[in-house]
Amino acid sequence: MPVLTYRQALNEALREEMNRDESVFCLGEEIGRFGGSYRVTEGLLDEFGPERILATPISELGIIGLATGAAMTGLRPVAEIMTINFIMVGMDQLVNNAAKIPYMFGGEAQVPIVVRTPSGAGHQLTAQHSQVLEVWFAYVPGMYVVAPSTPADAKGLLKTCIRDNNPILFVENVLLYNDKGEVPDGEHIVPLGKAAIRREGDDVTIVSYSRMVNVALQAADALADDGISAEVIDLRSLRPLDMDTVLASVRKTNHAMIVHEGWRKYGAGAEIAAQIQELAFDYLDHPVQRVTGAEVPLPYAQSLEAAALPQLEFVVDGARTMVGKR
Amino acid sequence: MTAATEQAADPDIATMYRDMVRIRVFEETVQGLFMQSLVSGTTHLAQGQEAVAVGVAHALRPDDYSTYTYRGHHHALARGLDLEAAFAELLGRATGINHGKGGSMHLTDARLGLYGSFAIVGAGLPVAVGLGRAAQLRQDGRISATFFGDGATNIGAFHEAMNLASVWKAPVLFVCENNLYGEYSPLRSTTPVEDLAIRASAYAMRAQIVDGNDVVAVYESAREAAALARVGEGPTFLEYKTYRHRGHSRSDPAKYRPEEEVKAWLARDPLTVARRRLMDAGSSNEAELDRIDGAIGVEVEAAVERAKSAPWPELSEVTTNVYA
Repeated sequence: MPVLTYRQALNEALREEMNRDESVFCLGEEIGRFGGSYRVTEGLLDEFGPERILATPISELGIIGLATGAAMTGLRPVAEIMTINFIMVGMDQLVNNAAKIPYMFGGEAQVPIVVRTPSGAGHQLTAQHSQVLEVWFAYVPGMYVVAPSTPADAKGLLKTCIRDNNPILFVENVLLYNDKGEVPDGEHIVPLGKAAIRREGDDVTIVSYSRMVNVALQAADALADDGISAEVIDLRSLRPLDMDTVLASVRKTNHAMIVHEGWRKYGAGAEIAAQIQELAFDYLDHPVQRVTGAEVPLPYAQSLEAAALPQLEFVVDGARTMVGKR
Repeated sequence: MTAATEQAADPDIATMYRDMVRIRVFEETVQGLFMQSLVSGTTHLAQGQEAVAVGVAHALRPDDYSTYTYRGHHHALARGLDLEAAFAELLGRATGINHGKGGSMHLTDARLGLYGSFAIVGAGLPVAVGLGRAAQLRQDGRISATFFGDGATNIGAFHEAMNLASVWKAPVLFVCENNLYGEYSPLRSTTPVEDLAIRASAYAMRAQIVDGNDVVAVYESAREAAALARVGEGPTFLEYKTYRHRGHSRSDPAKYRPEEEVKAWLARDPLTVARRRLMDAGSSNEAELDRIDGAIGVEVEAAVERAKSAPWPELSEVTTNVYA
C-alpha cells in the first residue's frame, strides 16, 4: 500500500473526487497557485483550472455563503478556511444558513458543503491562531463535524464527506499534515459516524479524536509497560458521535477517559462523559476522567505553549490512578 | 437588452398591477390573521414595497434564483409562490410550503428558484453570489437576484458579497429596497450617505437609483441589469427608493415617522402609481381596476380559507429534515 502524508492523502481525495464528479469544486484563500497555506490543494489548479480551484479574496463569510448558495443548486463545494480561528467571521453562514436550510425549507433544499480547516496548536502561533473550536459546530443540529487522525482516514473521510449531502466541518490538524501512513489507492471510503478502535485493551478506555489519538496511543504503550491494557478509540467525528463503540468498550473496561486538545469546560469530553454516565453508569468503577487543554488563550513561548496542551504524562498518570483504584 | 427581450415579452402593466394587488391583499390579510393570533411569532410586512418585488420578478427568468429577507412575502409571491401554501405556512399547517417549519421569516420554495428567506440581516447576499457562481460554472445563463433593505448595506456580508460578485463578474442583481428605515431608525441616523448606490462605486459596480414605487421603472431597470448579467457583464446594484407603509414588525405602529412623510409616500403608493399609468394610457379605467381588485380579494380569501382548514403538522415532523 502506498505511504502518504496526511497532506498528500487529503490532496489525493480532492483530486479523485474532482475527477469523479464535475460538480465538486474547491474555493478558499490562496488555494490556487500557492496551493493552500498548508499545501493541501497543491497541483490542483493546473489540473482543474481556476473555475474549479477558485482562489478567493480574504473573505471567510463570503466563502461559506458562496459555498452555501452554490451547493443548493446541486454543486459540491469544498471550502478551505485557512485556519479554524478565522471561521468565526463566517460562522453565521455556516450555523444560521447552511445548517438550518434543510429544516427551514421543510426538506426541499440541501446544502452539501465541506468546510475544510486546520485546528489545533503546536506551532507557537499564539492566541488567535491556535484554537480548537470544532466543538462549537458539533453543538449544532444540522451540522456534521469530522476530524481524521490518520492519513488513510484523511482520504477516506474527506471522500465520504464530499459525497454526503449535509454541511460538514472537516477538521484537520496543523501537526498532522506531515504524518505518514499507508493509504489505500483509489476508491477508499470511510463511513461517517463509525469510530475506530485503534488499539484493543481490557483495563481502560481512552476516547479521543484528531491529533490527540496519537497521544492516547503513546500513553497506551507506556501503560502496557505497567501491565495496564488500554483500549484507544478514535471517534473520527464529533457529530455524528459513535457512542455505541464507546459504550461497548466502557462496558468491557469499566474505566473511561477522554482526551482532547480543546478546552475542558463544555468541551467534547463533557458531552461524552455525560452520555457514558447516562448509558453505562452501572459499568463504571471510577468517575469518567478528562485530559484536556488548559483553559487559557494559547501563549507564545514554546515551554508555555506545551504547558497549555494535554501532556502524555497526564494521560498515563490519570489512567494509572483510575485503574489503581479498582 | 437583446437577451432580455429574447427571454420573454415585456409583461403588461395590468399583469404587474394584479401581482402587486395580490401581494397587498395577502399582506393585509396576514396582518389581520396576526391580530387574531392565528399567525404567531412575528411578521414583517411589505405593504408599499410591492413594486420592487413584482418589477424585478418580471425581469427574471423562471429558472433564475433569488434570495431575500425576513420581510420577504412579496418576493416569494412575486415569483409565483402558491397563495394557499403560503398562508398555510404562516398558519403553521401541515400543507405549508415549508411544512410549518419556516414560518413568516423563511417562506421559500426551492422549486421556484427561491433559495432562501434569511432572517439575519445581509446573510442572503453571499448566498446569492454562490448561486451566481453556480450559474457561471455551468454556463447556463441563469442569474440571481438578492433583495435586501437599506440597513443591510451597513453589514459586513453586504460588502463581502459586493466585492466577490464584482471581482468575478458574477451574474447577480443586488436589489436594495431602500425604505428609509432600518427597523425603527431612520436611515440618516445610521448611515452617512443618503443614496446607497454610491456604495457600489467602491466595488466598481454599475448602479442605478430608481423610483421603487413605479413598477414599470423597476421592471425596466431590472431588465437591463439582468440582460447585462446574463451576457457576462457582471452585477448591478439597483437602489429602489420606496417606503414601508407599516411598522417594522408585528404591531409596531411606527409612531417614529413624521406624519407628512407618511402622507407623501402614501400618495405615491405603488398601486396608485400603476393605476394612474394604466388609466393615463387609456388601457383601463377605475371601474375595471376595481373589478380586478375585487376578484383578487376573492382569490386571496378563498386561499386563506382553504389554508385555515388544513390539518396541523404531525408531531413526528419536528425531527425530520434536520439532515438531508
